[in-house]
Amino acid sequence: MAKDMMSGFALYQPTDLKNALSLITKFGSDGWILAGGYDSLDWFKDRIKRPKAVIDLSGITGLRDVRETNNGIEIGALTTLTEIHQNSLIKQKFNLLSEAAGKVASPQIRNYGTIGGNVCQDTRCWYYRYGLDCYRAGGNTCYADTPQGLNREHCLFNADRCVAVSPSDTAPALIALEAEMIVVNQTGEQAIAAEDFFIGPGIDIERMTVLKPGDVLTTIRIPNTWAGAQFYFEKVADRNTWDFALVNIASAMKIKDNVIIEIRMACGGVECVPKRLTVVENVVRGNPRDEETAQLAANSASRGATPLNQNHFKIPLMENLVKRAIREA
Amino acid sequence: MAKTHVSTTINNEPVEFLCEPNQTLLDCLRNELQMTGTKEGCSTGDCGACSVTVNGRLVCSCLVFGVEAEGQNIGTIEGIGKAENLHVIQQKFLEHAALQCGICTPGLIVATEALLAENPDPTEAEARYYLAGNLCRCTGYDKIIRAVMDSAAEMRGTA
Ligand SMILES: Cc1cc2nc3c(=O)[nH]c(=O)nc-3n(C[C@H](O)[C@H](O)[C@H](O)COP(=O)(O)OP(=O)(O)OC[C@H]3O[C@@H](n4cnc5c(N)ncnc54)[C@H](O)[C@@H]3O)c2cc1C
Ligand code: SF4
Ligand code: FES
Ligand code: FES
Repeated sequence: MAKDMMSGFALYQPTDLKNALSLITKFGSDGWILAGGYDSLDWFKDRIKRPKAVIDLSGITGLRDVRETNNGIEIGALTTLTEIHQNSLIKQKFNLLSEAAGKVASPQIRNYGTIGGNVCQDTRCWYYRYGLDCYRAGGNTCYADTPQGLNREHCLFNADRCVAVSPSDTAPALIALEAEMIVVNQTGEQAIAAEDFFIGPGIDIERMTVLKPGDVLTTIRIPNTWAGAQFYFEKVADRNTWDFALVNIASAMKIKDNVIIEIRMACGGVECVPKRLTVVENVVRGNPRDEETAQLAANSASRGATPLNQNHFKIPLMENLVKRAIREA
Repeated sequence: MAKTHVSTTINNEPVEFLCEPNQTLLDCLRNELQMTGTKEGCSTGDCGACSVTVNGRLVCSCLVFGVEAEGQNIGTIEGIGKAENLHVIQQKFLEHAALQCGICTPGLIVATEALLAENPDPTEAEARYYLAGNLCRCTGYDKIIRAVMDSAAEMRGTA
């Protein structure tokens, strides 16, 4: 078990949020929040991340369920991806999220991995995962953005030293559904739009989300705004299942008399954050849902892309996914 | 570091063991409990060789801590059949020659059992999707899928 050797840490298994928050605050950047552990253990095993304390949230009651509220639903951050995929309320109102959750990895990972962990997971850039001292790891170079760099899976938009992408399949769906992320720390609670929850390297190169040490994502709220809309989710990966997306797309549309009244669309795998396609939304809003609109949307989607040596293919891939989202939802 | 005492149920038998917080369930099964039926392939969640069930849910034991077994019901390959009394799925894997080196086999059999418990009559596509997290470097999957579909039919009594 060569690889299966983690450095030591103290494990805490609080059963209520109050205790969890005081532990997380106490340990600060020496602490690590654990949900399902399916991203975390990878880091511990490579001994790249060596927290002194691991705070397991999985024993906290109340963080693992899906509830209907007056104006939407609330999903506890510890709800597993399988539970989200199969939940009848989510399927009925926000099938987009159910589909996205069902496309993550494998049954094993969906059965234990949580929605909170899925949106908070770190990027998959292999140089970084391998433990190299790149910008994201606090160093002063990017190994992917070099003439020899293996950057087939890296970004098209808004790179800032780091060219890594957001790997989550559920994140674009949450942005399309206008979800709100409820973040709690010892000083209080804050609701953050899903779109603003993810941050790029220009804001902080070492974090993928707004969460700072001491913060816990407790709940994801989805308002009824898009309930029952026409949804489209598609993920393209090298392998049909089990693999991370090269590009994925999530969209919600409201159509009346074949005219697109309202639309929200987000795309993963093309930027460090899941990219909201505001340009596409503006181009198609008010247009008939037809081939011409789909083509217009596709052309506008990739505007401003700056591909790397090996990822030019992501441009037509992204364009085609946008086209299908409009045409086939 | 003080070891943690874990009381759990494995294959419906009460079991107790001691482990460090940083030991995985896979490590505990194999090295603390000498239950070596569950295999380690990648140790990163990719291959499924370490598949076990936790309260009936199929998971990768290489990414679960041993202490997380506390109070849970763990199912491993050892609980599925014995050499002298093979489970239908094991019998079908043999009949269809659905294994070569065998490293992936315990995980695949545990996953197949979980699949058929959830869905006794899967289509071939459903079976392939469900078993996507179990990689095999030897067989090319086709014989595995034959064995799975045949097991399903046999277990439904329609073979
Ligand atoms: C082989 C493999 C294939 C995969 N394929 C895909 C895929 O195709 N698509 C995809 O989207 N994902 C994929 N993943 C990623 C997987 O979905 C995530 O690793 C999983 O969802 C993480 O959930 P978790 O609960 O296990 O996270 P954990 O490992 O417990 O946590 C992940 C990170 O989030 C933080 N965190 C977790 N919960 C909270 C919270 N409530 N508040 C604050 N911080 C928190 C943790 O501190 C940690 O940094 C794959 C992973 C593996 C191992
Ligand atoms: S893309 Fe980002 S994570 Fe990858 S090597 Fe460059 S700086 Fe590091
Ligand atoms: S050893 Fe656990 S998935 Fe490969
Ligand atoms: S039989 Fe060798 S990996 Fe499957």
